[in-house]
Amino acid sequence: MQKLINWIDERLPIVEAFENHMSKYYAPKNFNVWYIFGVLSMLVLVNQLLTGIWLTMSYNPSAEGAFASVEYIMRDVEYGWLLRYLHSTGASAFFIVVYLHMFRGLMYGSYKKPRELIWIFGMTIYLALMAEAFMGYLLPWGQMSYWGAQVIVNLFGAIPYIGEDLSLWIRGDYLITGITLNRFFALHVVALPIVILALVVLHILALHTVGSNNPDGIEIKKNKDENGIPKDGIPFHPYYSVHDIVGIVVFLFVFCGVVFFFPEMGGYFLEKPNFEPANPLKTPDHIAPVWYFTPFYAMLRAVPDAFLGVVIMGGAIAILFVLPWLDRSPVKSIRYKGWMSKVALALLVVSFVILGYLGVVVATPERTMWARILTAVYFGYFILMPWFTRKEKTKPVPDRVTG
Amino acid sequence: MKNIVIKSIVIAAFLSVFSVGVFASASSAPMDHIKTDITDQESLQNGLALFANYCFGCHAMKYARYERSADDLGIPHDIFVENILTGETKIGQLMNISMPTEQAKVWFGNPPPDLTLSARLHGPDWLYNYLRGFYVDAKRPYGVNNVIFKDVGMPHVLAGLQGVCAEAPELGVEPVVDPLSGNIVKSSGCSEYLVEGSLSPTEYDEAIYDLVNYLEYVGEPSRTESEAIGLKVLVFLAFLFIFAYFLNKEYWRDIH
Repeated sequence: MQKLINWIDERLPIVEAFENHMSKYYAPKNFNVWYIFGVLSMLVLVNQLLTGIWLTMSYNPSAEGAFASVEYIMRDVEYGWLLRYLHSTGASAFFIVVYLHMFRGLMYGSYKKPRELIWIFGMTIYLALMAEAFMGYLLPWGQMSYWGAQVIVNLFGAIPYIGEDLSLWIRGDYLITGITLNRFFALHVVALPIVILALVVLHILALHTVGSNNPDGIEIKKNKDENGIPKDGIPFHPYYSVHDIVGIVVFLFVFCGVVFFFPEMGGYFLEKPNFEPANPLKTPDHIAPVWYFTPFYAMLRAVPDAFLGVVIMGGAIAILFVLPWLDRSPVKSIRYKGWMSKVALALLVVSFVILGYLGVVVATPERTMWARILTAVYFGYFILMPWFTRKEKTKPVPDRVTG
Repeated sequence: MKNIVIKSIVIAAFLSVFSVGVFASASSAPMDHIKTDITDQESLQNGLALFANYCFGCHAMKYARYERSADDLGIPHDIFVENILTGETKIGQLMNISMPTEQAKVWFGNPPPDLTLSARLHGPDWLYNYLRGFYVDAKRPYGVNNVIFKDVGMPHVLAGLQGVCAEAPELGVEPVVDPLSGNIVKSSGCSEYLVEGSLSPTEYDEAIYDLVNYLEYVGEPSRTESEAIGLKVLVFLAFLFIFAYFLNKEYWRDIH
C-alpha cells in the first residue's frame, strides 16, 4: 500500500494535498453545531449527483413522455421510487442546509475580511443552485412544473426593451413546450452541475487558504506556537472528520425519515398539483413555487409594478453579494456585537420565514401589506447595516477562543 | 453570550410561528375524514373489484400495471386474469381503456381523467366525500350534481349501489345522538333518498372507503415497501449513531 502511495505521490502530490486539506489543515477547536451544514451541503450534493445519474437512465425528456417516465421510474424501475424520493427530498434538504449554512455565516461574520471571496463563491453557488432547482422542477412535467416555469420565465418579460425577446430566447418557443423541457434538461444534468462542482472547489480552496472562522470570530492564525501551528487549531482530520460523522448520521436519520415516510412533506417537497400532467390549456387556481423560492416570490408579488417587482426580487439576492462591505463592525461574531446587530439579525430571520409563508398562500390585501412591510424589513437589514454596525458599542474580543 | 444568540433565534422562531398562525386561512367545504389502510388486502381487493366494475369503463390507470395490483393485493394471476382482464389483455400491460378521448370529450364535456394518481392529486378525503356527494339536479345533463365538485360532468355511476339523494347531502357533520334513546338522529351523508340503492348508507360508505383505499394504494404502490425498508434504515442509523458518538468522544478526549 505504502509503495503504491509513493509511486503515485512521485507523479501527483496526493500526500501533500491530503495534508493541506485534511491532516494538517488546522481548524479552530471551538466549532459548534452550526458548523455542520457545510459538510452536509456536500453530502446532499453527492446524493443529488448520484441519484440524478440513475434517474437520467430512465427519464424521458420530452413533453409527450416526461410525466409517464417519472411514473415508470416510480413503479417499474427497481427501487426507482427510492432514487426519485432521494432526489426530490434532496433538493429541499439542499436548500435547508444551505440556508442554515448562510445563517451561520451571518451570525459569526464569516463573510468579513479576509473571507469575502469565500462568501462570494458561496453566494454564486446559491445562485447556481436556484437555477438548478428551478430547471429540475420542470422535468416531471406536472401542472406546477409547467405553470411555475411559465410564471418565472415570464418575469424576464417585464424587463424593458429586451424582456420579451429574452424570455422567448430562454423558452426557445412562445410558450413553455417540449423544446424548453429539453434545454432545461441539458442545463440541469450537464451544464449547471459542472458549474456548481467548480464553484464548490473554489469555495473550499479559498476557505483553506485563509482558514475557517469560528463562533468567536477570532483569527486563530494570529496566535501560533513555536512550530507555526495555531494554538487554538486542531487538525481537521481526524478531529473534525469523526465529529462530522456524528452530524451526518443525525442528518441522515431525519433525511431518511422524510424519504421513506413523508416524501411529499405535506405538499411542500412535492406539490399536489404536480401529480397531474402539464396542461397548457388549464391554468391552476393557485400557482405557488416550491418552498425554497417563496420568500422571493412573496417580495415579487408585494410590488404592484411588474418590472419593479423583478428588480426587488433580484435585488434581494444581489444585495447578499455585497454583504462583506456593508458590515463595518470591528468584530465579526454576533457574540461581541451590540444589541442592534442581534435585533437586526432576528428581524431578518423573522421576515424571511414569514415571507416564505406568504409566498405559499393566496395573496389577499392584508397579506400583501404584510409582504410589503417584511420586504422593507429584509432590505432594512442590509441597507442599515453600515450604520448600525458602526454605531453600536461592541464587546471586547478575547485573545483566545472560548468554549 | 451563546445564550443570547440562542434566545434570539428561539424568539425569532416563535414570532414566525405565531405570525403564521395569524395568517392561517379558513378551510374549504366541510368533509368527512378517513384513515386509509393500504395493508388491508381485503379492503383493497374489494376496492379493485368496485373500480373494475364501475370506474374502469371510462377512467384509465395508464401508469399502473395489472400485474402489480394482482401481486400486491395477493390475488393469484389465474383468478385475476379470469375476473378482471378482458379479451386479449395481458396481465403485464398498463391499465388502459378503449374509450376514444375525442368522443369522451363530446359525451362528458371533458374526457374522464386518468385515476392512477387521483389520490395523490386530490387526497383520499376529497375522493371519499366526492363519491358520496352526488344528489339529484334536473338542470344537469346527467340529472345529478355534486356538493364537492360543483357541476361535475360525471354521471352518478354508483347510483345503483347508493341510490339517488333527493337533496345535497351534508358532509363533514358530527353525528348527533339522541341522549334519551341513544339513536343517531343526524349523521354525515344523504338524509333523504329519491331512489333507494342496493346498499344501506353504512354499506355504501364502506364500499367507497374500500374504493378510495385502492386508489390510494395505486397512487403510490411502493408505500408499504418504503416504510418497511425505512424502518430498517432508521434502526441501522440509530446503531451507527452510537458508534459514531463514542468514536468522536474518544478522539476529542485530549482536546480542551
